[in-house]
Amino acid sequence: MSESLTRDDVAKVAHLARLELTDAELDTYTEQLGAVLDHAADVAALDLADVPPTAHPLPLVNVLRDDVIGPTVDREEVLSQAPAVEDRRFRVPAILGEEP
Amino acid sequence: MAELPTTAVEIAAAVRSGQVTAVEVLDAHLAAIDAREGEINAFNLVLADEARAAAAAVDARIAAGDDPGPLAGVPLALKDNLCTRGVPTTCSSRILEGWRPPYDATVVQRVAAAGAVAVGKTNLDEFAMGSSTENSAFGPTRNPRDTARVPGGSSGGSAAAVAAGFAPISLGSDTGGSIRQPAALCGVVGVKPTYGLVSRYGLVAFASSLDQIGPFSTTVADSALLLEAVAGHDPLDSTSIDQAAPSLLDVLDRGVEGLRIGLVTELMGEGIAPDVAARVRQAAAALEAAGATVGEVSVPATSYGLSAYYLIAPAEASSNLARYDGVRYGLRVDAPTTAEMNAATRTAGFGDEVKRRIMLGTYALSAGYYDAYYGKALKVRTLIMRDFEAAYEHFDLLLSPTSPTTAFRFGEKVDDPLSMYLNDICTIPTNLAGHPAMSVPFGAGADGMPVGVQLMAPALGEATMFRAAASLEAAAPSLEEAFA
Repeated sequence: MSESLTRDDVAKVAHLARLELTDAELDTYTEQLGAVLDHAADVAALDLADVPPTAHPLPLVNVLRDDVIGPTVDREEVLSQAPAVEDRRFRVPAILGEEP
Repeated sequence: MAELPTTAVEIAAAVRSGQVTAVEVLDAHLAAIDAREGEINAFNLVLADEARAAAAAVDARIAAGDDPGPLAGVPLALKDNLCTRGVPTTCSSRILEGWRPPYDATVVQRVAAAGAVAVGKTNLDEFAMGSSTENSAFGPTRNPRDTARVPGGSSGGSAAAVAAGFAPISLGSDTGGSIRQPAALCGVVGVKPTYGLVSRYGLVAFASSLDQIGPFSTTVADSALLLEAVAGHDPLDSTSIDQAAPSLLDVLDRGVEGLRIGLVTELMGEGIAPDVAARVRQAAAALEAAGATVGEVSVPATSYGLSAYYLIAPAEASSNLARYDGVRYGLRVDAPTTAEMNAATRTAGFGDEVKRRIMLGTYALSAGYYDAYYGKALKVRTLIMRDFEAAYEHFDLLLSPTSPTTAFRFGEKVDDPLSMYLNDICTIPTNLAGHPAMSVPFGAGADGMPVGVQLMAPALGEATMFRAAASLEAAAPSLEEAFA
């Protein structure tokens, strides 16, 4: 059993990630994710106060281009792949009255 | 009928000179697919009709006196996370089943423009998360050398397609080893180019700071040919390096005389099977015999690579895969409210490993844990880059195993995620650094299955890396040669 991760933690991240888990899945994932986090304890334990982070391997700055209209994807082709469409827009179920 | 050429270099030359037709070449490969695909399951989709039309178009151009390009008439397989306009692109996930992208990936356009003939979309671990293809929603791919064993992953279908002779070349993607590891396990060549060398436009994103598209082939020259065709700047990918594709075919015969090659001690010890380590030492000796200077080198921070990777990649994945919400494409599971629909869709559409990584990444990024996990992992990434930089002050290339073992059997690791992740210990560090690396077949292990050795190079060091790969290829023992 992991010291770094509880069943409640997994339930919380599942909700944040919009995933529904059964009780059995909660148990399995708590154990499996805990094992990975325990392995990562070597990293969590390092003193890296003076080391800058690297989010990306290339020293990139903003990439700019001229503001010229080029080819774009076809709207009908895009909408043809949507599960539900109305008035040339994506249609979704009710969004009002939900919890935030 | 005359003997048909088998490698991409030979096929393109023969088609361009009119010795064979693209249709003849294609028919031979479709026959190979017919004969063994039922057993191997390399493809999610075989594009026989589209391929016949493309091959006929190549032949028509030849007949008209045009040059269709450097890949003229060469059959090619595409990993099914590369967008193909109007052609299903599933990422081997239920959540994208039936989706037909409204555009082509840049690499798909480039191989077509070079005259290649796409024969199908290959199987993968769902969203490229895995090392065995066992995480595919459409069933695993089997290793053509022994169908009781995995082909590796995540690009297992692309590796198996080449190993089985379904196509001489294929494209895969490599986020933590997903080209190199299956190449090693199937006994073919696989290349992860420098981050930014090949456009990621139209590659369905897994971990955007690590993903890179690259070639599979049976020969080093064929990977050079394919990489030359797909590399080079693309304004549609803001991380694309702004320079021309490297010249690789031209340097293959230059040898390794004078090159300094370092055997990475951290990747030769604990966790590496003795037979694999022995083949890597034999490869080092072969490079030395060919004129290189070989020494041992320590790259200490690589020891932390696995931990850092399995925080960074899931963190990026949790963000990238937030887009699968049942609104714009793919699966929707209806529910009374949008939030419930989002959750019902994702719960039904994603497989176990994808859910694991999304949750792991969400946790590593969540309030209270961000600094301890994701933040620390980004700093380790700096350490790994510094240690590589130090190593490359003394060496031109680094050498290691590609995978700690030869191909394992189905079911051996799929229920123990951590043991599956350990497959990636040798390949992950170069993804974190953004460097190129490739796997070259080098004989068999004690079980008779292929062993791959990994060559690593500093950023944009592909030309030097391919020179050494050609030397290794020339010195490699055959698969039939017993392990000593």
